[in-house]
This record gives sequence, structure tokens and C-alpha cells, in this order.
Amino acid sequence: MMQTTISKQSLPLVIWRRWHWLLWVVAVAVIYTWAVTGLHFTGLQESAASVSQSIVHGLVQPDWAYVYNGSGEDLVSLVLQTLAIAFLGTFISALISVPFAFWAARGGREWLHLRSGSGKIILTLIRTFPEIVLAIMFIKAVGPGSYAGVLAVSIHSIGMLGKLFSEAIENMDRGADEAIMSAGGNSGQIFVLATLPTILPEFISYTLYRFEIAVRSASILGMVGAGGIGTPMIFAIQTRNWPRVGIILLGIVLMVLVIDTLSEQLRKRLV
Amino acid sequence: MTSQAPHQPWLQRWHVKPIGWTILLVVLLVASSRMTGVDVGMFLSNLDQFTALLTRLSQPAWDYLPVIMRPLYETIQMAILGTTIGAALALPFALLAAGNLVHNRWLRSGIRFWLDLVRTLPDLLLAAIFVAIFGIGSTAGVVTLAIFSFGMVSKLFYEVIETIDMGPLEALESVGAGKLTVIWYAVLPQILNQFVSYFLYTLEINVRASTVLGYLGAGGIGVFLQRSLNEFNYSQTAVIILATLVVVMVIDGISNHLRRVLL
Repeated sequence: MMQTTISKQSLPLVIWRRWHWLLWVVAVAVIYTWAVTGLHFTGLQESAASVSQSIVHGLVQPDWAYVYNGSGEDLVSLVLQTLAIAFLGTFISALISVPFAFWAARGGREWLHLRSGSGKIILTLIRTFPEIVLAIMFIKAVGPGSYAGVLAVSIHSIGMLGKLFSEAIENMDRGADEAIMSAGGNSGQIFVLATLPTILPEFISYTLYRFEIAVRSASILGMVGAGGIGTPMIFAIQTRNWPRVGIILLGIVLMVLVIDTLSEQLRKRLV
Repeated sequence: MTSQAPHQPWLQRWHVKPIGWTILLVVLLVASSRMTGVDVGMFLSNLDQFTALLTRLSQPAWDYLPVIMRPLYETIQMAILGTTIGAALALPFALLAAGNLVHNRWLRSGIRFWLDLVRTLPDLLLAAIFVAIFGIGSTAGVVTLAIFSFGMVSKLFYEVIETIDMGPLEALESVGAGKLTVIWYAVLPQILNQFVSYFLYTLEINVRASTVLGYLGAGGIGVFLQRSLNEFNYSQTAVIILATLVVVMVIDGISNHLRRVLL
């Protein structure tokens, strides 16, 4: 009979295989109980209904006069300023990321690599350091305004760009490198004639992708005073000026949609 | 062997495209540096203030650690609940946006456009609005993270659904199964592992995001971050940043391990 082939020793294993999903269920249940009971929900404020109503009202009837009034503090100029922060920040960050990427890229096959390991840790540290705190630190150094935003974006983006670049280097095709090497090229020539041309389209593609993210962060950095559209946004929310919030939201959504579409088209052509 | 060089169109011979791109890049760079008022000299002349801040950041006040344990837990709890609510909301939308399940093009592109709109909104901006609605506290944070992860998860989900094997679906449809039966028995089993993997990935991102949401009053560790920064108490800020770093790394590690087991 088939059943007798299961020996006594493997019985615990069989039970484990059959029932170990219960452990997962219990673990998930414990985590969710912890999460739900740990938060004390404040519930809705009494004013929640009226506030949401006025937000919807403001979104439906935005403050069109704010779009352009020639003062330099209007929607169009601040959206352009936001884009400028993101563009300049991403560009500087891409330049700084290249050496970081070569530092963090794993070359050989050894399991523990001191150079690439240390580079990866540094990049993780930069990535985890909150961008808002960076912006506040740079505001101390250069004063409030979009310059601080540029610096915050350019330092914070290194974390992600460096990681993406280093992975691109790890996965790149070494054929061109080897061809130049076998023809007697030195390491400088290999880098300029083989490595860079192979890797550049991917680098540019990642930079464009990071630019899309930077546009989003540049639009909120203003909330702490680092320039761009975020500053009038937070003022409008604090003063409950919902038509103004509505037009700024529209502006941000439109800006992000246009930039995402443009960048996606460019990236499709690159890779 | 041909003695003539191959004919080059003038676009190629004069390198019109690369030169054009370079000029565009330079113009954009100059324009944006003028618009943002970038001034390297100012940064260098104020460098002492910056380094003073850095030295104060490098002396963490460890006795502050017990104070921030509770809000740190709150941050993780917010991230878990927000991601779960967002993912649960995202599933039906993802099914409706998948090209291989919904053949009505108008419905599909309508839903996709709606999801694109949701994805354009940055997390802190959502937090500012929801704090105005729900008041200061973690409820605003959970709602913010739910909406934020809804936008991200739904896109990841419908892209997975579009890659599934259509065989089981056709088998069930050919014996007359209804839409819900097909989704339950043919679609979900194929994508469940990927779903859980993307859910964990979103959770990682949300843990990072939730650490700053409190800056605008949406609960969690960000509240303390803002307080310490406002009081210029940078040694407390340092402890908060380091503790956040540890939490993010632990969650990343667990989630990475689980995802490797799943896929």
C-alpha cells in the first residue's frame, strides 16, 4: 500500500509541509493586530465635511487669475522654477553619480568585495537620508530659495542614480572593452572609446527617469522653503485658500504629466 | 574594396543632431541656473555654517532614543495599514485596466488615465491636504499612504496581469465560467506571488515616505523630526535620522528576503 511507504521519521516533516502555512497566517494576523491597535484613530474632525466640500469647490472653480499675472510669483513662473530646480539638480547629481557608480560596481566574482561593498553602503545611506532634512540643511547654508532646492535634489539623487548606474555597469557588455584591450589600448582609451559609449544611453535613460522623480520632489521641497511651487501651495493650504490650492494642484498634475510623457518618449528612443 | 567614402547625408556629416542636443542642454542649464539663482561663491562663503551644522549632527543625543521608539512604531504601523488599504483598492482597478481581461478600450484607457492622474501627486502634497481634512494625527498619514500606494500598486499590478498565461482563462471560459470565477480560479493563482512581492516593495517605499509625512502633521516619527529641526536641536535630529535608517534597513532586509523566497 502507498501509505505505508511514509516512514515514521519523516512524519514531522509531512506535518510541517502540510501545516506550515498556518504559521504565516498567525504571523500576518499578529502584525495586523499590532498595526491596527497601535494607532489611535483620531476619527473625522467635525469640520471634515465642510473642509472637503470647500476643497472640492475650490478644485472645481480654481483661481484662474493666478495662472499668470506677471509678478514672477504666479503659477507659470513658479512651475518653470520647479522644473529648473529639478533639471539642474538632476544634471549635477548625474555628474557626481558617475564616480560613485564605478566605486560601487562589483567587478570580480568574489562574494565579499570591500570596495563595491563600501560604495553600496554609502549610496544606501544617501538614499535613506530624508530629502526634506537635506533641504533644511542647505537652507541654513545658502538661505531659503530655489538654490537650496537644487542642492538638496542634487545630493539626494546620488543615492538612487549611483545605484542604478552601478547596476548598469555590472550588467554591461564587456565585448567592446576587450576589443580595445586586445588591440593594445590603455585603460584611459578603454574607458573613453569602449566603456562610455556602451554605457551612456543607459545612463541618460536613468537620468531622465530620475528627472521625473525630481520634478515631483522639487514641487514639495518648497513646503520647507526650498523654492518652487511648494511654497505658495503650503501657504494656500494653511490660509484655507482652496481655489488657489485647486489651481496649483492642476498646475502640478499638468506639469508632471507633460514631463513624464516627454521623458518616456525620449527614453524609448534611447534604449 | 571601394575607394570612395560612403555617402553621408548632411545631417550626419555636420553632426546636426548631437550639436543640437548639446546646444539645447547648455541653454536649459544656463536658463535654469539663472532662474534658481545658483551661486557657488555663496555656498562656499557660508560653508562654515554648514559644517557647524554637520558637526552638531554628528553628535547624536542617544538619551533621546527612548522618546522616539513609540513614534517609530507608529510610522511602521501607518505604512503597513496604508499599503494594505492602497493595495486592496488597487486590485479591482488593476483588473479593469489590464488589456487582456477588459476588451473595452474606452473603459480601460479611462481607468488608466485616472490612475496616471493619481500617480502625479507627490506624497507630501497629499499629506498636507489630508491633514487639513482629518486633522493632525496618524489618520491623515494612513490615508495619504493609501492613496499614494494605490497609484503605484495599481500600475505594477496591471502590468503583471497583462503577462499571465491565457490558457487557463480560455479553458474556464470555454466551459462557461463567469467573469468572477475566471478571475478567482485562473487569474489570481497566477499572479499571487508577484502581487505579494510588489506589495512588499511598496511597503518598503512607504516606510521611507512615512518617516517624513509627520513633518506636515500626518503622524509618526516626522512630527519629532520637525520639532527637533525647529528647535535647532540637531543632536536629536541625528538620533531620529539614524533610528529611521535602521528601521528602513531592517524592513528592506525582511522584505527582500521574503521576495526572494516568493519568486
